Amino acid sequence: MGITFAIIAALTLVSAIAAMSLRNLVHCALSLAVTFAGIAAMYLQLDAQFVGFAQILVYIGAVAILIVFAILLTRSSETPQPVISRSWIMGIVIALAVFGVLTKVILSSSIAQRELPAKPAPTVRQIGDQLMTRYVLPLEAIGLLLTAATIGAVIIAMHDKKGRGDGGQNVNSTPSRAEAHQHADETHNLIT
Amino acid sequence: MVPLYYYLIFSALLFSVGLAGALTRRNAILVLIGIELMLNAANLNFIAFWRYSPDPEALTGMMFVIFSIAVAAAEAAVGLALIIAIYRHYRTVDLTKVDSLKG
Repeated sequence: MGITFAIIAALTLVSAIAAMSLRNLVHCALSLAVTFAGIAAMYLQLDAQFVGFAQILVYIGAVAILIVFAILLTRSSETPQPVISRSWIMGIVIALAVFGVLTKVILSSSIAQRELPAKPAPTVRQIGDQLMTRYVLPLEAIGLLLTAATIGAVIIAMHDKKGRGDGGQNVNSTPSRAEAHQHADETHNLIT
Repeated sequence: MVPLYYYLIFSALLFSVGLAGALTRRNAILVLIGIELMLNAANLNFIAFWRYSPDPEALTGMMFVIFSIAVAAAEAAVGLALIIAIYRHYRTVDLTKVDSLKG
């Protein structure tokens, strides 16, 4: 089992570093999809099948594709040459410090050495039971949140029709309106 | 099977990679990708603690991750809509150039 963990961890970490350091943004998004797949494999290895497949559906199926569409809509696939600036060094130092503190705390904790207990085998039926009984109120709240977020995302990404802003892009009203409808449709399709 | 701290250290590494990316990259989409990586690292911690807990039948960690994935999906949708709105206004997604409120 240790070798499986090592392979998945190495793949996930390499693709995560690639997603954060590659120059072409489309390559970053594709490496991000590989990272999400690696994390889903981690979930499957931890006997959390439902969460693993939900991860594949939501993250690889929706979030990664949404990021690819955002890259295409903003036409920003080529980023400028990254420079080794002061803020860059500060960011790396802060990340390393956070990792050092986390590792120190994890290794000094008493529960870190805990061995794996017996396989729990929670079925999807149990998860559904819990969602419909104990967690029914959070489930309703999450449904409301998703609806509000979807409507909000469509409204934010839509052109404002009155042209009240001084952005200077809404001078010609008719094409802009058609474009707004098209963008709203695209965003809606992306989210649903 | 590997002990619990392997998963915790792997998750800490993933979190640090996401944090470094979110702090150093200047493209707004890459900052959002870094935030997604950090969220995933936290979710992995939840699942690891749930699996290694003495009472896994309670399903608490798993429920938390399910709700967390739903919130992360909403966050990604709103965040990318904001990035598209910023791009339309400023014609760039470079975060160092979006500084109208800077004193």
